[in-house]
Formats: sequence, C-alpha cells, structure tokens
Amino acid sequence: MSPAPHTPGWARMLHGFVDGELDAAHVLECEAHLAICPECADSVAHLRAMRAMLQAAEPGFTAPLALRARVLADLAQDRRRPLPGLLRRLWNWSPVPLAAGLAACLMLLLAQPRGPDLADELVAGHVRSLLARHLTDIETSAAHTVKPWFIGRIDFAPPVVDLAARGFPLVGGRLDYIGGRAVAVLVYGRREHVINLFVWPELHGQEGAAAREGYSLTQWTQAGLAFWAVSDLNAVELREFREEFSAATPR
Amino acid sequence: MLASLPVPIFGAFWSWLAGRPSALVLHHAAPRAAPRAARPAVSPAEAARFRTVMLPHLDAAYSFARFLCRDPVLAEDLVQDAFLRAFRGFATYRGGDARAWILAIVRNGFRAWLGERGREPSALGQALDDETTEAGWPIQADTPETWLLRNNDAEHIRGLVAALPESFREVLVLREFEGLSYKDIAEITATPIGTVMSRLSRARALFAAAWHGHRRAEEGGAP
Repeated sequence: MSPAPHTPGWARMLHGFVDGELDAAHVLECEAHLAICPECADSVAHLRAMRAMLQAAEPGFTAPLALRARVLADLAQDRRRPLPGLLRRLWNWSPVPLAAGLAACLMLLLAQPRGPDLADELVAGHVRSLLARHLTDIETSAAHTVKPWFIGRIDFAPPVVDLAARGFPLVGGRLDYIGGRAVAVLVYGRREHVINLFVWPELHGQEGAAAREGYSLTQWTQAGLAFWAVSDLNAVELREFREEFSAATPR
Repeated sequence: MLASLPVPIFGAFWSWLAGRPSALVLHHAAPRAAPRAARPAVSPAEAARFRTVMLPHLDAAYSFARFLCRDPVLAEDLVQDAFLRAFRGFATYRGGDARAWILAIVRNGFRAWLGERGREPSALGQALDDETTEAGWPIQADTPETWLLRNNDAEHIRGLVAALPESFREVLVLREFEGLSYKDIAEITATPIGTVMSRLSRARALFAAAWHGHRRAEEGGAP
C-alpha cells in the first residue's frame, strides 16, 4: 500500500518518482497528485534542478596516478605469490630441507623485473602493432610534431626525441592500452627492426631487462615515467637504444 | 598499515636469509587480509580479465573512498587494499555491476578501519532515520537560480557533502555522483531498500538546506 500525499512515507515516494524507481502504478499516483498540488510540483522541480546541478558540477574525485601505479604493481606481484598448499604446509613443518629449493624458486621469480603478465602484455602490444599494420597513429620523424600530438589524448607528456643521428630514427607515435590504462608509445627504427617504447607515469619503477618469445625488453624509470622498450632487436643494441634515449631526455 | 600488506612467504624468505626462525616470522607476518590457507593461483587470463573489468572503476572507488573517509591519503590506502582483496576474491565475483562490487569492498574496508580505530560507526544516522523519516520534503529554495552552477561550486559541493553525517553522505554520493540504483545502494551499504530511500530523501533535504544557506551567505557577502 502506498502512502497518501502529505502523510509519512510520501517524501520517499516523490524521491523515488524523481529517481525513476517507482513502478507504473505509483508513477501514475504521483503524477495525479503533482497535477493538483502546486507545492509538491514546485518541490519536485527544485529537486530535479538540484540533481542536475550536482551532476553538472562533477564533484567526484579522480584517482591519482600514483595510486593507479600502486594497484597495478600489487596485481602484478600478487600473481606470483600463491604457493601450492602442500608446499606451504611442508614449509610450516620442516622449513630447513625446503628452504634452499624454495629460495631458489623465489630468486627466479624475483629476478623478473615485473609480473610476467605485464611483459607479456607489452610483447603482445608490440606484435600487434606489427601484425595489424598499426605501428603509428601519427607517422613523422619530427619530434616537435609527435609530442603535441599526445596532448589531450593522454594525461601526461612523454619526452620525444629523434635519435636519427645515433642510428635510431623516430618513426612516429601511437596510443596503446596496457595494464588497464592508455599509454604512450614512441616508435623508433633500427635498420629493418622496430622498437616500441611504451611510456606511462610511475614514480618508483624498477630497472631491468628480459626476453620473451624471442623479443627483448628493457625497462627503466626516469623523471616520474616508466619506460619499456620492446623490440626484436638483440639485447645489446636495445640496451644501446636505452642509453641513447635516456641521455637525450630530461632526468 | 593498509598500504604495506605484508607478504608472508617473501617475509619469511628474507627473515630466513637474515637467520631468524621462520615459523615465528610466518606467524608474525600473517596478515589479516590474506589467510594462511593457500589460495588458488590466479591464471594470467583471470588477471587480464580483472584488469579489464575492475580497473575502469578505480576513479569511482577512489572518489567514494574520499567521500567516506574525507582523507586523501587514507582513501588511497583503502582503494589499494580494496583492489587487492577484489583481485584475490575475483573468483567469487558472479557478474553483475562490477562498480557496485568494488564499492562494496571499499566500504567494508572503511568500516573495518573504523572498527580498528575503536570508532563505533556513527549511530547518528540511525537515530535520525527513526525520528525524521519524513524530513525529506519539501525541497525548497528562494529561486530556481539557486541551482545554477557557478565557478568553484564543485569545491563547495564537496565541502557540504563532507559535512553530512556518514550514513546520509554515502547514499547521497552513491546516488548523485555514481548514479547507482536503490537496489545497488542497498547492497553496497547492506541496508534495506526502505532505509536507503529514507536516508536519501533526508540526505537531499539536508544538502538542499545547506546549499541554500551557502548561496544566501554568498549573496550576502558579495552584493
């Protein structure tokens, strides 16, 4: 049974009416009352205006970039953590014989620069860019054209330099989606090889190099940004690229 | 605290390196968030699905946490903790509104934090529910212009919402800023839908009165 107008419970009805949460019968009931009650009709108009204002003001908060990075790092780390129940029970009961083996396993896991999923995702992004012939969204060797292209498309400014003089000509830039966020990708060439340099904000990243499915990866952090270079180039030349790029951009 | 969830196995490993008895350390390091019983490992596909389904709601989670606890640093910790819990409990997520799911976890974390701090979740909301269920009407203002936006209004709105009692604040934020249905709000706040409706109407009336006062003061102060 629904409350009669201006009795206890009526306010809830009208709020539900404005929110579109009433069934058809109650909607009709409200409309019938609003047609004959200027006071309630005025109040509904005020409520609607207030709601419109609250939505237009967009008073919600945006998650800081550092928080996003922390969450992503957690997810990458947590993937490696679980151990099979038996192993864990053995660890609890007799740690000594297992300690060495377990330590070795952990060393292997820890030696990876980040969670395996991130590296895999980056390699997939690299391969996709080659397969889909979607290497660049903006194709130019002019660094001063690529840099402004990113403005408005992502919420940070990646440093863009042409390293043609060093043997790594700038091919262009594009956007990709890695680890749940839009990232900038700078594309460089080296002879017939392609280097995809993924960039996103990250305060405390790690350093390291890795290889996945025949691709080389190298990772570093500089000026609040994480850099991941992925290429089919050999590890030595990729390391050289990293040093050249790093030296040519702000620290 | 929340930010540095201990890692039992790694902790034990480092302690073992340091030559301390591991069993003791394991016990000491076992966090309340991660039970010692082994969890099934999350497959790469599941991890990728989690990022696709859940990470888009990071802003909503942070915004809700900010309004709940009114502290930017604590809000970050609450959200980080909530995403880790959500990740570990992702197997229990059965479709439905992913945002409502993560917001419920954020709220649970906040309640737990209140409990740890020895702060009883405010009984004020409950008391107001009982005595002023009908105070949600009428919504009034001098003129319709009261509801027109001006510069910096977002900041004022945040301030006035933050001043509302907790149980009203959360329903108002979930409805007006997150646009969630009564049903979702009832699930997130673990309250019956009728209570959600009472609190929402009361919260709006409180906000309307505060906003009305704010506008009058503004006009009085700047002729």
